[in-house]
Amino acid sequence: MVTIYDGKPGLSRRELLRRGGAGALLIISGSAVISPEHAWGLEASALKPETVKTLIQVARDIYPHDQVADKYYAIAVKSHDEAAAKDPAHRDLIENGIADLDAKAGPGGYSGLGWEDQRVALLKQIEDTPFFQAVRGGLVVGLYNQKELWPVFGYEGESYSKGGYIQRGFDDIEWL
Amino acid sequence: MAKTFDLKDDSVVVIIGSGAGGGTLGNELAQKGIDVVILEAGGRHEYEDFINDEWDSFGQLAWKDMRTTSGSWRVHKDFPNLPAWIVKAVGGSTTHWAGASLRFQEHEFKTLTHYGKIDGANLLDWPITLQEMEPYYTKAEAKMGVTSTNGWPRLPGNNNFKVMKAGADKLGYKECHTGNMAINSVERDDRMSCQQTGFCFQGCKWGAKWSTLYTEIPKGEETGHMEVRPNAMVIKINHDDSGKVTGVVYADKDGKMQEQKARIVAVAGNSIESPRLLLNSESSKFPDGLANSSGQVGRNYMRHTTGSVYAIFDKPVHMYRGTTMAGIIRDEARHDTARGFAGGYELETLSLGLPFMAAFLDPGAWGRSFTTALDHYDHMAGLWIVGEDMAREDNRITLNKDVKDEHGMPVANVNFDDHPNDEAMRNHAYKQSAALYDAVGATRVFPTPPYPSTHNLGTNRMSEKPEDGVVNRHGQTHDIKNLFVSDGSQFTSGAAENPTLTIVSLAIRQAEYIADQMKSNSI
Repeated sequence: MVTIYDGKPGLSRRELLRRGGAGALLIISGSAVISPEHAWGLEASALKPETVKTLIQVARDIYPHDQVADKYYAIAVKSHDEAAAKDPAHRDLIENGIADLDAKAGPGGYSGLGWEDQRVALLKQIEDTPFFQAVRGGLVVGLYNQKELWPVFGYEGESYSKGGYIQRGFDDIEWL
Repeated sequence: MAKTFDLKDDSVVVIIGSGAGGGTLGNELAQKGIDVVILEAGGRHEYEDFINDEWDSFGQLAWKDMRTTSGSWRVHKDFPNLPAWIVKAVGGSTTHWAGASLRFQEHEFKTLTHYGKIDGANLLDWPITLQEMEPYYTKAEAKMGVTSTNGWPRLPGNNNFKVMKAGADKLGYKECHTGNMAINSVERDDRMSCQQTGFCFQGCKWGAKWSTLYTEIPKGEETGHMEVRPNAMVIKINHDDSGKVTGVVYADKDGKMQEQKARIVAVAGNSIESPRLLLNSESSKFPDGLANSSGQVGRNYMRHTTGSVYAIFDKPVHMYRGTTMAGIIRDEARHDTARGFAGGYELETLSLGLPFMAAFLDPGAWGRSFTTALDHYDHMAGLWIVGEDMAREDNRITLNKDVKDEHGMPVANVNFDDHPNDEAMRNHAYKQSAALYDAVGATRVFPTPPYPSTHNLGTNRMSEKPEDGVVNRHGQTHDIKNLFVSDGSQFTSGAAENPTLTIVSLAIRQAEYIADQMKSNSI
């Protein structure tokens, strides 16, 4: 999972772990606050790093938004690391699910398939499995409830503190 | 400080639930000097505590206790343990509702007469008429501050409404406006006017939208005749040998069982909880549950023939700005079987925030077909279909004795199958709505399946004859004189209109009846 943060200059994997995870990192880097349930923790390492890396790709293939950076998908699948740390059955669900995808994909594994369509074809084969449903279901809240992402979709979120939209464009449509 | 009443005080009217039915009935009785104890399963959150965030607000207000589902409706597949999106808090679902306040149409009180017998449906005429209801509708509109009544102006239209209106004009619809809304369009009743904030479903943080939480309930408390007891989950209604109810057993905030004695009990826990409670109150005298000699308790569950249509345009809309239900088209609400179905439907604007749009646009869907829709969230407009669905005997609430809640009470199972009439109506509404948005230049349209039910109706229905239903024309149970039903479960038919105004009107009317009956010592 560390590969996601390769782009953060000056932060080694060791430094990342020492600081207690990416939740802290995001705060330090000046990004908006993340709700506590999305904070990273060291126990994330309950899953193999390679598994998490592939899981992030799976997450993107399930809900692909090309304008959304990997780190948001990483945050979105974080709950599976936490669940895996608490529950070996969940760890097996995720590890076996990813291993199954890798096996189906052939020598290069799931992430080795170059085209999204190739990977999606594999996901279609397993979309009724508990593994797939656990990953997809978790993403609905895990991905789309990240406030930092809302501006990317043009959603403005909370408006009460700004006095609502009565003076801020509730009826500003001009193209009709 | 509001008055409190002793558990042993058997002179009080106990009302179970504090929403549109229970909260209104409580205040109406208290204003007449009658002592009332309202037992509310949820906590009390004042309007400044509401949260402008969909999931956080859901955590604060929604009824999340375990329920189960069955039947062919899609909600069973998508949300097997969330059949309804309603509220567990003081104020009930009036904290969450959008505010649409429409009177039923005359024929909707007489569906069996006007629609005739329909295969697979259990239609029945209400034992009351529109004419009898009109004075109470007038009182309810005045109480709730409904726009376009009593000289109150309609609300201004937001972007989502303007798209709807442009489409309605192109299709030739005649009756399209910003609705009859129980949202202050001017300051009144010591409450602000609408600030076009959005988040109507999350509780209005300005208090501009009518909710019993900050209207009926404090007004009732001010009389010194009403106590609202939050976090009081009623488990059972007790009765004596003569069959009269004598009090209710509830789990208090610490989970301890208490019994509140009562002269009269009024059940107003919404159409899932109210029949659940009556069924769970079974005894050797009433082995099928209270007030159930007809066998109709829990049956005829209606949820409106709903669905949504969202559309994407090549230019921005920002539909989430302003009131959630910002406009309505009423032309399809008529009964006209030439369209291939009985009854009619309203089209009302609706918007969801991004988090709920992701959860509800097409539950279970994934891949680019889904995500490219969300990519254009700010270019979306949307509306909700609210149509009359057919009462069916097997669409019903039952006790699921295999699944118990934290108090050991069997949870409610909600079984529902769409009637072919419901499906025909929904498909018609999908087509009309798609045509409406296409006429304004939509580049893509989404016929979105029904959400978990917000309008839950009919499970203790009114009937002229005791064998056809659970309560009489006053919401008094046919079987037990001092047991009443005061919520939407009384509805004999669902009509095309949002139910709250009718629930409030029935509660005002019922309060008059209860006061008269108490005065004459009939109950």
